[in-house]
Amino acid sequence: MTKVIEIIGIGKKYPGVVANDNVNISIEGGSIHAIIGENGAGKSTLMKILFGLVKPDSGSIRVRGEELNLKSPQDAIAKGIGMVHQHFMLADNATVLENVILGSEPTGALGTIHYAAAREKLTEISQRYGLEIDPDQLVASLGVGERQRVEIAKVLFRGAEILILDEPTAVLVPQEVDELFSNLKGLTSNGLTIIFISHKLDEVLQIADDITVMRRGTTVANVHPKETSKKALAEYMIGGALPEPHPGESSRGSDKALKVEGVSFTDHDGRKVINELSLDIFSGEIVGLAGVEGNGQSELIELIMGLVKADSGSIEIVGLDASVATTRQIRDAGVGYIPQDRHRDGLLLGASLWENRVLGHQGTAPMADGLWVNKSAAKSDSERIVSEFDVRTPSINVAAHALSGGNQQKFIVGREMAGAPKVLIAAQPTRGVDVGAQAIIWNHLIEARRNGAAVLLVSADLDEIFKLSDRIAVIFRGEITNYLDPKKATPETLGMAMTGEKIA
Amino acid sequence: MTQKKWFWALMAPLASVIFSIGLTSLILLLKGASPFGTFKVLWDFGSQGSNLVSEVNQTVAYYLAGVAAAIGFKMLLFNIGIDGQYRLAVFFAAVVGAQVHLPPVLHVLLIMTTAVVVGALWASIAGYLKVKRNISEVISNIMLNTIASGLITYLLQPTRLGYNLPGSNNSQTPPVPKSGWLPSFHIAGGNLYSYIFVAIAIGALYWVLLNRSVFGFNLRATGMSFRAARASGINAPRMIFITMAISGGIAGLTGIGEMMGNTHNYSLSFPNGYALTGLALALIGRSSPIGIAFAAFFWSFLEGAAPALDLYGVPVEIVTVMQAIIIISTVVSYELVKRINLLQQQRLVGAAAVESTTKEAVK
Repeated sequence: MTKVIEIIGIGKKYPGVVANDNVNISIEGGSIHAIIGENGAGKSTLMKILFGLVKPDSGSIRVRGEELNLKSPQDAIAKGIGMVHQHFMLADNATVLENVILGSEPTGALGTIHYAAAREKLTEISQRYGLEIDPDQLVASLGVGERQRVEIAKVLFRGAEILILDEPTAVLVPQEVDELFSNLKGLTSNGLTIIFISHKLDEVLQIADDITVMRRGTTVANVHPKETSKKALAEYMIGGALPEPHPGESSRGSDKALKVEGVSFTDHDGRKVINELSLDIFSGEIVGLAGVEGNGQSELIELIMGLVKADSGSIEIVGLDASVATTRQIRDAGVGYIPQDRHRDGLLLGASLWENRVLGHQGTAPMADGLWVNKSAAKSDSERIVSEFDVRTPSINVAAHALSGGNQQKFIVGREMAGAPKVLIAAQPTRGVDVGAQAIIWNHLIEARRNGAAVLLVSADLDEIFKLSDRIAVIFRGEITNYLDPKKATPETLGMAMTGEKIA
Repeated sequence: MTQKKWFWALMAPLASVIFSIGLTSLILLLKGASPFGTFKVLWDFGSQGSNLVSEVNQTVAYYLAGVAAAIGFKMLLFNIGIDGQYRLAVFFAAVVGAQVHLPPVLHVLLIMTTAVVVGALWASIAGYLKVKRNISEVISNIMLNTIASGLITYLLQPTRLGYNLPGSNNSQTPPVPKSGWLPSFHIAGGNLYSYIFVAIAIGALYWVLLNRSVFGFNLRATGMSFRAARASGINAPRMIFITMAISGGIAGLTGIGEMMGNTHNYSLSFPNGYALTGLALALIGRSSPIGIAFAAFFWSFLEGAAPALDLYGVPVEIVTVMQAIIIISTVVSYELVKRINLLQQQRLVGAAAVESTTKEAVK
């Protein structure tokens, strides 16, 4: 095996910020090399340098021994470096083939596009690497996993031999992750090299041949997955011991704070996504809702929050009939809500942090003072959240979209915990959040439970479910099919339950 | 930080005005006219006492149309129906005002209330269609403008609510009695409508409501993100409907100053075309009550001064060209400022992140 890429002493400074400093990585041909690190550790900057989007201030990059001097992504592509972005860049109303060739269409003498040649090449790529994509399908009709394969095909079509994948699993459900991994294995067995950016340690340990850890802009460790552990990786990443959540003794009260009884819900398309579902949560208890995505989790949350109304059944939240109440009434009754899509449902991206502190709490004191917004209360409580939840921001006056995802999430969690909620709906509370922020959020969820909150934890991270839950409820096709005890159940039994098998 | 914000908020419109003056000068030079002379003529004529007073009166009307548009902008609504809302409102306010005899203050209040209610009701048709039927408010408002014109023409016929003066074919409503007039101040040879205080009050109310009240927070939140607003417990569709109605209500006040201070009736020759101006002014003034005021005055000044250009031998249309350049360059410069601000904020956030990790490392 030979070194395909050597990154030697790369440094990049922005005014006031050192984004990369003395980064050294060497990557073997035909391998999957993972680069991990917390948000802000400098992974993205490094990738931008590798892809020609940013010029480094110092250091050099060698590809197959040849010094690289990239001026633009076009240069990178010409050198066989391709990038699959985290957010897909596909035109919905065009076919897979049209999307793939867009920007590098094979043309004839008169500038006409050679569709036949393009189709043949794409089909060949699809077959060789097992991507299983149909050139004539409309992108709009594709699922997330398929879209990602189209993005990969797009890069391969341009002749890439080195693929950079930026957090490729962030948008995928577990089965899709497995499919992606088998695709990646197929690529490397054909001699391609993959740089895999992630902060999900389990996945990195599962798929990578080599792992480089970055912290504060520099590379701090280079390890083989077989010779390391998740704990060791996490400690490299945060530069210290990994905090573990300690839920401690049960703090379960005797009253049911959330009572869902025989609720059914039919969506726009006439599918019955929630089917006679019942679920109770006691105060001071965390119930983890586990299930393969798309089994009714999102709809159940929307029903509880009053965002949609059930066809039948009843929902009672701390004495309030939530099946008829408005979202405002439900929130004012003491329900905190951490939505799974923070950008769309949890924040006003263009508004300042302190205004975001008011969001969701504008109906009651202390954020509202009669008809008026209590600006000083909002500001002082925002300051409290920033310090208690370690939100990294220069000020509470900056707009929410200036913050990184993890810091946005910490702020949202802080906001929803404010005022001691009686019920807390936490949907994917640590998705896309780095290890340090995750520990902070976990500790606060446990604290809310200790203070008597009934917590519904919806998460695709089974590790999180096991660590935090008092009980695990398994949702399958809109029903709760099983309750498991996290102390007794194994990931295997939970996995079986999630596919619909009844576990005694 | 706040100082910087002010700096940028002023820089963008100032830059576009300078850019516009520059480009207009170029056009004037190409036409063989002296830019300096042209601007001097504009300035001299526009700043004459009585002209200045009528420009201020015009500013008040533009200002209200601008605020009406700005409220819509906060909700991402493009209220191009201001024209129909305002004409229908003045029409009915004049009709109602002429029918009753009340003590002065009550009479004036009745006329203004009528205007607000009519404007709001007319706008809420578009609001309803938007919320319940998902019809673009732009389309429905353009249609409603046309319908409003037809309705007024129909109702203004001599056999119905209007009459024609002998020897005139300008249909008009009967005059409003004196108790329904607003006093004017005689200043510098002109009549300044006291309606200017209504505009100031509306501007202050707009700012306080939007920036200090829970209602305003809900309005802005819905405009920024429909989904986040809903998740936070705001009845977002209702908020859109209400915003459209408020925008229409303020639009309804636009022409009342002219009616109560000058014409005392509504006729076919009543000024129209306030929708596009209002939208442009809200854009230039960045939906801020102070910004719109400056923009509205600048606009009125240019238009008030324009007639002098004819005597100077420069086409009057040069003023329209200037206005158009200002609109376009303002849009561009605001977008630039927005990006610069975001970059600066992200840099600060980045610096803060590095700082706190370094602190931890030292610990």
